[in-house]
Amino acid sequence: MEFFQYLGANTRSSFTKLGRGSYFLVHLIAGISSVLVRPRLLLKQLHSVGVLSFLIISISGLFVGMVLGLQGFYILSRFGAEETLGVMVAASLVRELGPVVTALLFAGRAGSALTAEIGLMKATEQLSGMEMMAIDPIKRIISPRFLAGVLSMPLLAALFSCIGIIGGQLVGTGLLGVDDGAYWSQMQANLDFQGDIINGVIKSIVFGFVTSWIALFEGYDSIPTAEGVSRATTRTVVNSAFSILGLDFILTALMFGDN
Amino acid sequence: MDNHVPTQDSLVTVHNLTFSRGDKKIFDDISLEFERGKITAIMGPSGTGKTTLLKLIAAQLFPNHGNIMVNGRNIHHLKHDDLYTLRKRMGMLFQSGALLTDMSVFDNVAYPLREHTHLPESMIRTLVLMKLEAVGLRGARDLMPNELSGGMSRRVALARAVALDPMMILYDEPFTGQDPISMGALVHLIKSLNITLGLTSIIVSHDVHETAAIADYIYVLSEGRVIGQGTPKEILDSQSSWVQQFMNGAADGPVHFHYPAKNYMDDLLHFEKPPSSRQRLSNNRAIKRKRYS
Amino acid sequence: MPHNKTQDTLVGLFVASGIASLFFLGLHVSNLSSFSHGKTYEITARFSNSGGLKVKSAVSAAGVKIGSVKSITFDPKTYESVVKMDIDAQYKTLPDDSSASIFTAGLLGEQYVSLDGGGSDDYLKNGSKIEITNSALILEKALGQFLFKSAEEKKGSDDKKGNGKK
Repeated sequence: MEFFQYLGANTRSSFTKLGRGSYFLVHLIAGISSVLVRPRLLLKQLHSVGVLSFLIISISGLFVGMVLGLQGFYILSRFGAEETLGVMVAASLVRELGPVVTALLFAGRAGSALTAEIGLMKATEQLSGMEMMAIDPIKRIISPRFLAGVLSMPLLAALFSCIGIIGGQLVGTGLLGVDDGAYWSQMQANLDFQGDIINGVIKSIVFGFVTSWIALFEGYDSIPTAEGVSRATTRTVVNSAFSILGLDFILTALMFGDN
Repeated sequence: MDNHVPTQDSLVTVHNLTFSRGDKKIFDDISLEFERGKITAIMGPSGTGKTTLLKLIAAQLFPNHGNIMVNGRNIHHLKHDDLYTLRKRMGMLFQSGALLTDMSVFDNVAYPLREHTHLPESMIRTLVLMKLEAVGLRGARDLMPNELSGGMSRRVALARAVALDPMMILYDEPFTGQDPISMGALVHLIKSLNITLGLTSIIVSHDVHETAAIADYIYVLSEGRVIGQGTPKEILDSQSSWVQQFMNGAADGPVHFHYPAKNYMDDLLHFEKPPSSRQRLSNNRAIKRKRYS
Repeated sequence: MPHNKTQDTLVGLFVASGIASLFFLGLHVSNLSSFSHGKTYEITARFSNSGGLKVKSAVSAAGVKIGSVKSITFDPKTYESVVKMDIDAQYKTLPDDSSASIFTAGLLGEQYVSLDGGGSDDYLKNGSKIEITNSALILEKALGQFLFKSAEEKKGSDDKKGNGKK
């Protein structure tokens, strides 16, 4: 009985939280117009959200591409289809791994930092202090970070895919002897700009939107104590990962379903 | 309960305010008046919700019953924009200072000016240096908040609070955790700001002597009610045992030293299984969420 | 807020490299670069069966890609598949009696349209129709026919044997 009560209370509180989160989202989107008037706020956040994630994304992209090159080669060579290695590497990166892995890394690198930052600002009364100075903290603090997250994600994902494709080429043509011309020409012949590249970009924008929203809301909604902020940070990473993977399934079904 | 003395010119009027968190009533139908141009103190033991009262006055929290009039307007019925316009004329000094940690002292004080005015940078510089001079920290303008001591950050926060020349300032525990020298400096500062800028000040504090030294009028709160009010002298001379206990710092009296508990002997002799950790956690969470949301 | 030049530069580099990556993906990885520039002209061919041909499948002549399939529709009157193709405008000397066939690249590869030149002096132009077409080879059908034929032959030889016994 106690268990069901616990379950019921938990379900109710998660709906309440979703409600608060949606209200927060509306508020922060309304605040975006005021960010556009102050591009410097956005620039600063692009630095901390985008530039600081640059290295981890590049290195991960390189290794993921190299692994894809290796694994792809082993499987494709069994069917005598090594020339299509480029297609395999590029399609998996552009369609799936680029947006998804970038978003997961982003949640771990930038998302957790955002939550901790906002949570600590709340704990040290900086947000309340801004409210008392008649400055809306959502407009000045939250919206610029959100916009920076949404803008950075497709750029980071594109970067990840590019470096991955080059990594796959290094392994495939450099080590395993796939023909360089075939690697690129097969890729070009089989990847569609509209169907693959644009859809990949749309995916990464959606992931950027969701991850930034979760990270900022968890920070804003956190209990302003050391424990509360650390829990919120964990929740950001876990909830972002779930949302990214779940949404990826839905988006893939919608986008690539008829192919 | 209507025990407040009506005054002709009050800037803030708290009327029959009731506020509760969960099942606990923080304020039970209290009424207070804060006179224009005066320093009014709200005193009381920790946990009586003094900070909550400030947040209610600033409309960061909403009451269950009753209303709060600030400058003749019900602050909880204001629209977002009107509220923000009013807040530009209210300063609040937080216990922690609440300085923005990614900006220098100078930029912190300049922040409200830059946000709300279109003054040229040279004018802002002059204003900021004047405010910093008033709190004695003109030399510290290039330091970052994490390089300041507690007392210094509170003084910077005070400079920031008066940057827009507000009509009133709310002080949240300005004297807590200060060494005697900076305490003296703050007491002096609050008094002189009040006189020179013609501010209305509301101080929340449990430091009896410092507060009594500068306040024009004092309310003593305990357990959600006003248990005493008057000028500092009247309060110190009060016959009420509650007020006497608080002002003299007696450990036990009408306000109990012990948190409510069952009989001591019974508690020691009967072992009882503590509540499961999950249950306790969810209870704590519910309480904390209410407290901070 | 103080201006921070290094930060500005880093953000600039980040945005530039991100956009460069998008361009790289668009131009070097996908098929955006081929045929999106330059003009094309449209020709139509009717097939009794277009098999697994898809929009954007390649159209080639002598193994070189010269265009792509624009649309595939079904004509309910003639029960034929109408395939419209965009041919790169630089290949404007294709004889108008060329034939179109649907082939498969490799055993499991994609299907494509192959144009084989005729001998006419007139050339295909925008809106031309190709008269001679060879439909896609449907593997199941071909296999079915083969099996049926061999079964018939076997039956025929069995009959002969039976006759011989009698």
